[in-house]
Amino acid sequence: MMDKILLAGFGGQGVMFVGKILTYAGMLAGREVCWIPSYGPEMRGGTANCSVVISDEEIHSPVIEYADCGIVLNQQSYEKFLPRIKPGGTLVANSSIVDTAQKRDDINVVAVPAGELANGLGNASLANMVCLGALLAALTTVDMAGVEKAVDAVVGKKKPELYEINLAAVRKGAGK
Amino acid sequence: MQKVFGRPQGLTDLPFHYCPGCTHGIVHRLVGEVLEELDIIGDTIGVAPVGCAGFSLDFFACDFVGAAHGRAQAVATGIKRALPDKIVFTYQGDGDIAAIGTAHAIHVAARGEKITTIMVNNAVFGMTGGQMAPTTIGGQVTTTSPYGRDCALVGAPIDLPKTVATLNGAVYVAACAVDTPKNILQAKKCIKKAFQVQQRGLGYALVSVLSTCPTNWGLSPVDCLKWLQENMMPVYEMGELKMTEEVKAL
Amino acid sequence: MSKELMKGNEAIGEAAIRAGCKLFFGYPITPSTEIVEYLAKYLPKAGGTVLQGEDEVASINMCYGAATTGTRVMTASSSPGFSLKQEGLSFLAAAELPVVIVNVNRVGPGLGGLGPSQADYFQCTKGGGHGGYRQIVLAPSKGQELYDFTLEAFDLADRYRTPVVIMADGFLGQMMEPVELKKPAQAELPAKDWTVGGCRGRAKRKIASYALTNEVGEANNLHWQAKWARMQDTLQRWESFHAEDAEYLIVGFGTCGRIAKSTVLAARRQGLKVGLIRPITLWPFPVKAFADLGGVKGILTVELNFGQMVEDVKLAVECRTPVFSHNRVGGMMPSEGEILRKLGQVFGLAVEV
Repeated sequence: MMDKILLAGFGGQGVMFVGKILTYAGMLAGREVCWIPSYGPEMRGGTANCSVVISDEEIHSPVIEYADCGIVLNQQSYEKFLPRIKPGGTLVANSSIVDTAQKRDDINVVAVPAGELANGLGNASLANMVCLGALLAALTTVDMAGVEKAVDAVVGKKKPELYEINLAAVRKGAGK
Repeated sequence: MQKVFGRPQGLTDLPFHYCPGCTHGIVHRLVGEVLEELDIIGDTIGVAPVGCAGFSLDFFACDFVGAAHGRAQAVATGIKRALPDKIVFTYQGDGDIAAIGTAHAIHVAARGEKITTIMVNNAVFGMTGGQMAPTTIGGQVTTTSPYGRDCALVGAPIDLPKTVATLNGAVYVAACAVDTPKNILQAKKCIKKAFQVQQRGLGYALVSVLSTCPTNWGLSPVDCLKWLQENMMPVYEMGELKMTEEVKAL
Repeated sequence: MSKELMKGNEAIGEAAIRAGCKLFFGYPITPSTEIVEYLAKYLPKAGGTVLQGEDEVASINMCYGAATTGTRVMTASSSPGFSLKQEGLSFLAAAELPVVIVNVNRVGPGLGGLGPSQADYFQCTKGGGHGGYRQIVLAPSKGQELYDFTLEAFDLADRYRTPVVIMADGFLGQMMEPVELKKPAQAELPAKDWTVGGCRGRAKRKIASYALTNEVGEANNLHWQAKWARMQDTLQRWESFHAEDAEYLIVGFGTCGRIAKSTVLAARRQGLKVGLIRPITLWPFPVKAFADLGGVKGILTVELNFGQMVEDVKLAVECRTPVFSHNRVGGMMPSEGEILRKLGQVFGLAVEV
């Protein structure tokens, strides 16, 4: 099993954080993982993206030409990464601010009003985690239990009050 | 018969091979005497530059490291940070410290690096054959200023000690000369103080010594001393330029 | 043993601390900055010191000074900053001082860009400084190797009294992977009986590289050359990946070597006998890996530059088999499929990508 995942959005939307959660979830499940942030001018220019590879076997090439799935949190990223999903793959889009009119017939675009759902939880900055919840169905290497462990590992110890709300957002996105 | 004068233990037995009349020998002797008097020969690491002063590597009786041109103070920083309880000093010419090594000369002082610097200023690049240095004075003829240093064209000489004295980390800065017995004694006092500053861990200490270069100036050793007094002393601020209260209390 | 999820640059920093590095002198530059940041945070807790130099020149010369005392010391930088360190590297090689230098390559020439690159291969392996010298160059390809090779670099530096360069790229430095924080091997190393530190109770020592006469200059050079020849003989290291029965060899180091493994597996799935030689020591270059080319019909080198390592491959191969190269520059990375396509193209093979 292997998941190659692309994650993108504005800086500050928590793209790197989702990547980290996925990476931890993979690692804590004993899988091979690799997290590649964008860095440099790209990072400072407003749009952030990272990629995550989770695999049962050693990860040789960490370069993702075509991803199995991904999350895009803003319009720019939707347009950039729509062509980068493999046929049959899934792209979760934050439909609160992303217009998904541009389509591909061979992939599954999941439009989630993540902004509104996050607002409903009282914290607009959780749109990233809502999208993560919506992505779970498309993943072969990470499930809800894995995300719970990862959120605990990453934020649980430092900010216990954020643990519950983050997981609530993931569940919301997963429709649970 | 009682021996009344000898080579200080701070120097090796190797005869100096500096040019006749060069004042490096005097400055070497003063540093050697100070190392002996403070009983720190065995605890000291010197750093030699590139240029005539690079020969100091062989002449001092303590451990010594040769640095790249201008880098002696960076090298000394590395040594001191590794061995904070040892005494570390650099012995550099004006070309080395005030041209290619300027960045290090400023920052070593800004950091208050607990090392001692002896800067020997003879207003030329000596080893390479008497080219213009940042310390060459206005009108002075060198092989790269054959019509005399034109300050309108290349700027006026840098008074490095004065600049260094403005930095907080420099706690003791002195400018001396070795042109007369009186000034030689004064220079020794300053050099000694600069090492004592380090022994107490007070901060960075710099002693500049106005020196001569008979070979490249094209003057006799005696005329050189006169030229130094008449041409260099008016340009460079002399004396103890900076002393913090802690240093004064030494 | 549990693994820690770390950026490549952080793995280098952690390995340095565990290797007993006590001093780090550096200057921030993307994409190596996390090394100085990590060490600034953690080295003082391990009894060490991080000092940010006024520039790269100062930093490498501070390393030179610290190394004369036998203290384990490191610096790190990226390409333009590494250029500034070349004077110091020449002096370190000549004075035979152990220092570990990390160069997390970025795009060049000039200010270039911040993307990953391997364009400092020549500079690292051929001596970017003056005078003709050699230094060990290690090329890790993943987080674990960044950690392991950094640990080992300190031992190699001490064993051979030489600067050791870790040549990585921005991709490796920024990538986060699980790293097993192994304990350093208890290597038996030669006594450091050459250091300065005060001559109380012993003869004065001096560490310098100046030769007053040409006779001494030649003798010094012959001494260094003999050491480098010994290192060339004993230190060559590479990874063979499905190379035993290969008809086509890919040669790539670092990130490219790693990506090429995926290409090899993809080719094998299609019944093509493709293998990989991944040089681990870039200097000494693993010439021995090419001693017996068996049934190899051709070689494809893959590099993030316009073709630098390929020259060493050609020297090692001595025209026994054709050598082609695939290059990406400017921060772009080759994909496994792209390398496979190139293989098919240059060797006339039917490949499916």
